[in-house]
Amino acid sequence: MTTKTLQTAPLAAAAARSHTPGDSTAGLVVCPTCDALYKLTPVPVGTRGRCTRCGTTLSFPRERAMSRIVMLAATSLVLLSAAVFFPFLELSAGGMTRRASVFDAALAFSTGLTLPLALATLAFIILLPALRLTLIIYALAPMSMGWYAAPRAITAFRWAEAMRPWAMAEIFVIGVAVALVKVAGLASVHLGIAFWAMVLLVLINVLNDNFMCRLTLWRTLEQRSRF
Amino acid sequence: MAHTRTTQPVLTAHAAGLRGCRTCGRANAASATTCRRCGAGLSHVPGLQLVWAWLIAGMVVYVPANVYPMLRTQTMGRTQDNTILGGVFDLVQSGYWLVAFIVFFASIAIPVAKFVVIAYLALAVQWRWPMRGHARHRLYEVVEFIGRWSMIDVFVVAILSALVQFNLAATVAPGIAAVSFALSVAFTMLAAQAFDPRLIWRAAESPMQ
Ligand SMILES: [Zn+2]
Ligand SMILES: [Zn+2]
Repeated sequence: MTTKTLQTAPLAAAAARSHTPGDSTAGLVVCPTCDALYKLTPVPVGTRGRCTRCGTTLSFPRERAMSRIVMLAATSLVLLSAAVFFPFLELSAGGMTRRASVFDAALAFSTGLTLPLALATLAFIILLPALRLTLIIYALAPMSMGWYAAPRAITAFRWAEAMRPWAMAEIFVIGVAVALVKVAGLASVHLGIAFWAMVLLVLINVLNDNFMCRLTLWRTLEQRSRF
Repeated sequence: MAHTRTTQPVLTAHAAGLRGCRTCGRANAASATTCRRCGAGLSHVPGLQLVWAWLIAGMVVYVPANVYPMLRTQTMGRTQDNTILGGVFDLVQSGYWLVAFIVFFASIAIPVAKFVVIAYLALAVQWRWPMRGHARHRLYEVVEFIGRWSMIDVFVVAILSALVQFNLAATVAPGIAAVSFALSVAFTMLAAQAFDPRLIWRAAESPMQ
C-alpha cells in the first residue's frame, strides 16, 4: 500500500488565526495523537495520508467504505445474538450434560458481593458490543444508501467511539479457551455454536477496525449532516 | 532516523493557537469548549491529576485482588481457595504451560507493567525528562491496546462458575478478588484514557535545558 503524507500548513494556520474562527479551520486536520497541524489535501482513493511525525492515519478514503462498514456491523450483530442464545461450552460428566451460555457465565456472579460484577460482565460481553453496533448502523446506514445522515447521527457515532475500549467480546473468547483447558481434566468439554459465532465476530471486528479511518469517516459524516 | 524526524520543528495546533479534537481531528478555535464537528469536549489544559487518581485507585484495588481468593472450589466438603498466582501454579503443575503463561501474562505481567508505564509516562511529562517522543509514544500505544486483555481471568472465573455450578460433586464460586481485579483493570483503563498522548510530544519538543 502506498503512503502519502499530507501537506504541512503553516500558511493555512496563520490564515485561520487572522480570520474569523470556524470556517477557515474546516480545511485543516489535527493529528489526534501528536497535535501536528496539516492542511487537508485530498489523497487518491485507497491510499493512506499519514502524520509525518507519529504515523497516525489522518486520511484513508476508500470506495464504498460506508456500505462495507454497515454490512460488517450488521453481520456482527447477527453473530452476537447467536452467541447469546446458543451455548458456548458443553460439559458432560457422569451421564449429565451441562450447557453454558453467555448469560449463565454472567449470572454466575449474581450472588451477594459479586452481583455488580455480573452486570458489568453482561455489559462488557453483550450489551456494549450490541449497543455499539446498533449505533454504528444507525449513524452510517442512511449515508451508505446515499441519503443524508440520520438525525443526531454525529452524537450516535461519538458514543459508539467512546464504547470501543469497553466492548470486550473478543477477550471473552480467549477466556472460554482458557476455561476449557481448566476443566478438561474434570469432564469432557466441547465448544458450542456460540463460541464459533464469537470467533467469527472477533475476526469481523478486526477487519472493520482496519478498514475504517475514523477521521475520514468523521469528515464524511459532517459533510452529509443536514440537521 | 526517528530521532531526526522528531527534532524537526513541526507546527502543532497548540502552537498555532488552535485546539485539536482528539476524537475527529478537527481544528477548533482556541476559545472553543466543544468540537464543532463531533461535539466532543475539548480540554483546556490537559492535566495529569485524573491520570494519577485513576492509577492510584487501580493500584490500591490490585492488592486485595492478589491476596484474596479468585476462585473457591468445593469438592466433597473440602474447600480450596485459589488466588491468581495459585491458579497459575496449578496450571503449571498440570502441565498446561501455554495456558499458565496466558493467565500469568494477563493477570500479573500486564497489570504491573501498566502501572509502571503509566506512572513513568506521567512523570516523564511532568518533569520533562529528556527522551524522544517516539519511544514514549510507542509505549503509550502498547499500554492502551493491551490493557483490556487483563480482563481474561475475570471471564474465566465467570465461565468456570457457570459450568461447574450444577454440581459435579464440586462447586466453583468467584471470590472477592474477582471484583477487585475487575475494578483494577477498569481503573487503569480509565487512567490510560485520561492520559493525553499529545503531552508526550509537547514535552519532547521543549525539553528542560
Ligand atoms: Zn501525529
Ligand atoms: Zn471533534
